[in-house]
Amino acid sequence: MIDSSLMWRIAGGSGDGIDSTSQNFAKALMRAGLHVFTHRHYPSRIRGGHTYVEVRAADEPVRSRGDGFNFLLALGDSFARNPNEDAYYGNERIKPLVEQLDDLNENGVIVYDSGLLDEETVAETELAERAAENNWHVYPMDLRGLARDHGREVMRNTAGVGATAALLDMDTAYFETLIREAMGGDVMEANLAVLEEAYERAAALETEHNLRVPEGDHGTEQAMMSGSNAIAYAALDSGCRFISGYPMTPWTDVFTIMSQNLPRFGGISEQVEDEIAAAALAIGASHTGVKAMSGSSGGGFALMSEPLGLAEMTETPIVLVEAMRAGPSTGLPTKTEQADLEHVLYTSQGDSCRVVIAPGNLTEAYDQTRELFRLAYDYQLPGILLYDQKLGGEMRSVSTGHFDREPAPDPGSVLTEDDLADAAHDAAGKYTRYAHDGEDGVVPRSVPGQEGGRFLATGNESMPVGHISEDPGNRKAQMDRRLSKLDAIRDELDEAGHQTRHGPDEATHGILTWGSNQDTVFEAVDRLRASGRDVHAMGVSDLMPYPERDVAGFLSGVEECLVVEMNATAQFRGLTQKELGRFGSTMSSLLKYDGETFEPGEIVEGFESTIDGDEPSGNVELQRTTGD
Amino acid sequence: MTSFSAIGADREATKKEFTPGVEPQPTWCPGCGDFAVLKALKGAMPEVGRTPAEVLLVTGIGCSGKLSSYFESYGYHSIHGRALPVARAAKLANPGLEVVAAGGDGDGYGIGGNHFMHTARENHDMTYIVFNNEIFGLTKGQTSPTSPKGHKSKTQPSGSAKAPVRPLSLALASGASYIARTAATNPRQAQEILAEAVEHDGFAHIDFLTQCPTWNKDAREYVPYTDIQDDDEFEFDVTNRKEAGEAMYEAETRLYEGEVLTGRFYRDERPSYGEEKRATGEMPEDPLAGRYFEDEEWERTADTLIDRHT
Repeated sequence: MIDSSLMWRIAGGSGDGIDSTSQNFAKALMRAGLHVFTHRHYPSRIRGGHTYVEVRAADEPVRSRGDGFNFLLALGDSFARNPNEDAYYGNERIKPLVEQLDDLNENGVIVYDSGLLDEETVAETELAERAAENNWHVYPMDLRGLARDHGREVMRNTAGVGATAALLDMDTAYFETLIREAMGGDVMEANLAVLEEAYERAAALETEHNLRVPEGDHGTEQAMMSGSNAIAYAALDSGCRFISGYPMTPWTDVFTIMSQNLPRFGGISEQVEDEIAAAALAIGASHTGVKAMSGSSGGGFALMSEPLGLAEMTETPIVLVEAMRAGPSTGLPTKTEQADLEHVLYTSQGDSCRVVIAPGNLTEAYDQTRELFRLAYDYQLPGILLYDQKLGGEMRSVSTGHFDREPAPDPGSVLTEDDLADAAHDAAGKYTRYAHDGEDGVVPRSVPGQEGGRFLATGNESMPVGHISEDPGNRKAQMDRRLSKLDAIRDELDEAGHQTRHGPDEATHGILTWGSNQDTVFEAVDRLRASGRDVHAMGVSDLMPYPERDVAGFLSGVEECLVVEMNATAQFRGLTQKELGRFGSTMSSLLKYDGETFEPGEIVEGFESTIDGDEPSGNVELQRTTGD
Repeated sequence: MTSFSAIGADREATKKEFTPGVEPQPTWCPGCGDFAVLKALKGAMPEVGRTPAEVLLVTGIGCSGKLSSYFESYGYHSIHGRALPVARAAKLANPGLEVVAAGGDGDGYGIGGNHFMHTARENHDMTYIVFNNEIFGLTKGQTSPTSPKGHKSKTQPSGSAKAPVRPLSLALASGASYIARTAATNPRQAQEILAEAVEHDGFAHIDFLTQCPTWNKDAREYVPYTDIQDDDEFEFDVTNRKEAGEAMYEAETRLYEGEVLTGRFYRDERPSYGEEKRATGEMPEDPLAGRYFEDEEWERTADTLIDRHT
């Protein structure tokens, strides 16, 4: 369990290079032997507006952003101020400093760029008083001036990292290596000089904080990547060689990673006119024998509804990824939420026949995306990977060994021409691709261009060779066959073990969650147990077909259960009640829908509130059980 | 050994092979122009040396969408307006396939208009047949994007206040590289044009006038028609974009004045999308679909991508 860890926040203007600096910082810590986790917060603007990234590092695996943070590097916002609009922007430039203070923990450290942040305005913000109250240690440094002395103001990022290293008593060797890897020539030399000088200047300061970076050793080689990386890499390792899409935050990350890598993997990426086309292209490619995917975020996914149903009806395998952000409509474009659950389960006309999986963390994202491709192509139906801005954007260190697996390019239940020679055909030589009696509901498909495989795929209900039919007997047989796939898939998923338990086998209290909250909940459970609470947790990934066995087993064993999810209407709790038909009086909900992720402390407090009968503080909503 | 032996097979197919052996009873009304599209397509495919199993016919929704039920090949009867995105991905996945998309005027110029514009722009090597009967037939006679201004229907009881879409001009502006109009009443020309369109290496758009005797009784039967190539009034170069545009404008305008001008309107030999994409290195030289049957060796992220994260 993590008692203390570095929670470093770098804040500045959007467009100031906060992202790349934080990644380098985290990577250096990882190379130094620490486990790292990043949390990214940014506005929906290219330049202007404030952004921050947190890097949490510890000598044991880090599972969440943690509560608040304990080191602030405030670079100021060099893009905020329009000189002609002083009245409107006011002290916008110092916001990257003052906006952060509410979440800064006691005994925290502040380094701010006095070369950019207006000292007089800073003085008016009662920073000194608050620092005294909270025992913050404030170190103003002219990072901008230091960078300017070496040629380019933009290098104040590097200066900030140098100062951080000195104040935390870290060796700068890893930072130097990263600079050498990323840059060359004069730029590299200048950055190295800035790093060194900032380090020396900060090392010369009189300090009294106690925060230090722990020492760590991984034992195995580590890689640092985002959830979006893991999803894209799983797709590539599943033999996916076609992606079609339209940009939309936050799904764009997966689309970009795939587009950058597909050409060297011999594949094709298509950016198309809209998400209807995106889903339809994936269907067209898959129908023609290629393992294909598409994806979007909520609004774009809404446009995919009709092609999604077409894939279900024509039994064309596709994988769609849906990266949730806060809705409804445009909502909070760069903020996280889990409110598209019902949308993804049920969108498109008719009864749903799809697999929906929501991984709990980065390694699950890799493993379960692979499993989703396998199921989609074996069972010829849409597989939807449901994740969110949180999982897609957060970076973690992970053992490289996790990815050392054989690729799985098998296209699933597809026939070769040799198979087709022995397959059943109708009197006119059409392959009975939609026969009524497939094993586990699946009839292997042929692929256009194969001799002996001709058939008609249609969005209408159809006879075994594909001809449109409204015959009631045929209709029922085809519906029953298609839907029976879900029974077979449920059995396979029960074996796959996607639901993750945490804590002892038995406990009086439970916390149930789904998707990307999982590890935050587990961290909260560790704390609750340390304080004497008898609680354990389950993180659910499989959403359709619903994991009845696992969840009913978990809920049967506890007296009360808190269901944690990031939406306002308790969608997963509702789904659970609907699927299991009981446990309504066992479950309460802890909900968050302000665009931010849960901190473990909020879950701890929410759990205590259910027992004490209090209302939790902060931006969370506690909905007590409504009975069955 | 190839995994798709139908593709490029050295075999002459007959017109009869493109007729399903167990033919479903067509649901088209007697006198419907759609029969002429079916017949022309059945005639054109053997003429250009294609066999049923190397053709993928992707259709939309409406009476026109039934084409794939009555034509023997691989078929994909998709959803309203979305035949083109399904079809063009199939062409990218396996360029050896002969891909034909078909749909009605509501399908192609209305609900699927965005896909029409972009598929034309990208110049995929495929043929797109639009059954243009100036009406929504299967849903029983509503005003369509090509219905004339003033057209009365149950959904426009006082007459449409909208000018119709100009399909040929739209195709030209969007980037189609072969554009023609033919009519069900002119079967010989229709088959010739379809054969040319299939042979054309790029996006070939055919606005096919298909009379609807049931729901558009007021409309002309598209007779008499004039082949614009035989009309002395129109001497223009089909490879000249400006001249083609003027001819299209006339043909589109005069259709609503009772004069049916058909024929070839535009041809451009620019590279198809597949060629362009291969040239940028973003599309493999060999058909992607073949890999899943032929390749033993697949790339691993563990060998190629994980290192950059360490």
